[in-house]
Amino acid sequence: MKKLSNRQQLLLSAIALIMLMLFSLSIGRYSNNPLDAIRAILGRFDVIKQPDIAMENIIFHVRLPRIFGAVYVGAMLSLSGAVYQGIFKNPLVSPDILGVSSGASVGAAISILLGYGLIGRQIFAFIFGLLAVLLTTTIPKVFRNSSNMMMVLSGIIVGGFLSSVLAIMKFLAEEQTELSSIVFWQMGSVASIKGKEIIAISPIFMICSILLILLAWRINILSFGEVEAKTLGINVKKTRGIIIILTSLMTASAVSISGTIGWIGLIIPHLGRLTIGSDHTKLLPTTIIFGAIFMLIIDTLARTLTSLEIPLSILTGFVGAPTYAYLLYRQRTNVS
Amino acid sequence: MEVGYAYKGYKKLFENVSFSIKAGEIICILGPNGIGKTTLLNCIANLAVPTEGDIFIEGQNMNNMSPQEVARVISFVPQTIIPSFDYKVIDYVVTSCAPRLGIFERPKEEHYKVAEQAIERMKISHLKEKEYTKISGGERQQVSIARAIAQQPKIILMDEPTAHLDYGNQVKVLKIIKDMAKSGYGVAFTTHSPDQALLLKCKVAVFNEKGKFFFGDYKEILTEEFLRSMYGVDIHLYDIDDIDRSVCIISRF
Repeated sequence: MKKLSNRQQLLLSAIALIMLMLFSLSIGRYSNNPLDAIRAILGRFDVIKQPDIAMENIIFHVRLPRIFGAVYVGAMLSLSGAVYQGIFKNPLVSPDILGVSSGASVGAAISILLGYGLIGRQIFAFIFGLLAVLLTTTIPKVFRNSSNMMMVLSGIIVGGFLSSVLAIMKFLAEEQTELSSIVFWQMGSVASIKGKEIIAISPIFMICSILLILLAWRINILSFGEVEAKTLGINVKKTRGIIIILTSLMTASAVSISGTIGWIGLIIPHLGRLTIGSDHTKLLPTTIIFGAIFMLIIDTLARTLTSLEIPLSILTGFVGAPTYAYLLYRQRTNVS
Repeated sequence: MEVGYAYKGYKKLFENVSFSIKAGEIICILGPNGIGKTTLLNCIANLAVPTEGDIFIEGQNMNNMSPQEVARVISFVPQTIIPSFDYKVIDYVVTSCAPRLGIFERPKEEHYKVAEQAIERMKISHLKEKEYTKISGGERQQVSIARAIAQQPKIILMDEPTAHLDYGNQVKVLKIIKDMAKSGYGVAFTTHSPDQALLLKCKVAVFNEKGKFFFGDYKEILTEEFLRSMYGVDIHLYDIDDIDRSVCIISRF
């Protein structure tokens, strides 16, 4: 792999992602035959006569939205993690640790209690996710301690508080309908993602990820710290503010369609840094693709491994925790 | 180029501070711990805003300038920090072009060329592709200075550039300061060693033990008496002809 240029590496992983998507498309409970999938796709576009209508429906209304959902959620959470780590110059943070995910879950739960639909859920998830990250980053300032550890502890405080808020809402929720919807968020799943969810988050994913990649070089400078960024003529508050809004919007969108899925926003950026280095101009595109691949593998396993659907957070925990331990071992000298 | 600064007071840390940095001039900022040396430097670097008074860059009030405009004239070498992430030395140095780029722009070939020239000038080309977190403290200081030069400023500010360095590296950094002044940069730096001002034969900006500000040539201000009361220890000044400078040393306990 060392001989390949960064561009080639990126291209290779993009091809791997597409292959994986096609593979994932052709396996499932109804049919495991790739030929059936190809026939269904061709049938959809009237290339062949007498298509298998059931397979066509499964491919286009169940598997395809779900695969895109997994790809988007994986990409968004991983990209968010990489950006948060960069601007807070802290390799220990992720959307979960900063409390963004919990905040977005609380927002989603509120919108469920208020009976709002998908758009309302997105807006509430965004507002509360943003509030959570602001709170988490304010605490170290108030305590006048800007160490990496303080940021993590602050995230634990905010996350802990928000999970109590979420518990209150579960307590208040109507058992039959609202409670099950809220519990669904905490488990994390992309199983019920349909076309309309994909349409709703596609523009957010596109716009935010393009803007963040364009800002990647500024994220490099912000990762040196406030003093260096300021003396290089960067308007730190404004730049960081824009980046936090974009990132939190993305995390909240992911959470609003899939619930909280842990680990991915923490380990994928680390994996990216090990493979391609810390330069965010290269790291961010890599992280997007790695995150998508990781999430797609996890979700494909979740729906095919057993006859029952395995909740995603179980699998991400099983895969994520040991992977993170290994990554920490590799980078142990850099952790202080 | 003529730059003038005039401060009056910063959180009552210091007041009635007024001096200017000219091209090709070295100013050594001295004073006891906690008296405001770094704060003064931060004010000039646009990192802190003086509570009273104004700072002028080439006749223009710094308050009316954007951070980018200031960064095109003044570059700052902070006390070395170790970033959380690994960047290649060249990628670190090239961030010097940020004051000249738009928000979505990235460095182009010309900016890499400027960065490489600065690296060559510091004679650290062998470090170019190394990772910034994996080089020594002395090397890191040189890389920081290379970035400050690549920023193409008129004034370079350095916060305790010799702190955390071994004796040889301290001297190397002082020599670099001298060379930079020779090639036309105005340089201001803070230090805890008055001997550095004697070595560089430069101007000094000094806070005495009471926080009173003095500015002028090192010869006029750094007298034996002044240094003794400022640091509260028994300091002796000697002119040594062999090395063509005066030194300050402490008498035996």
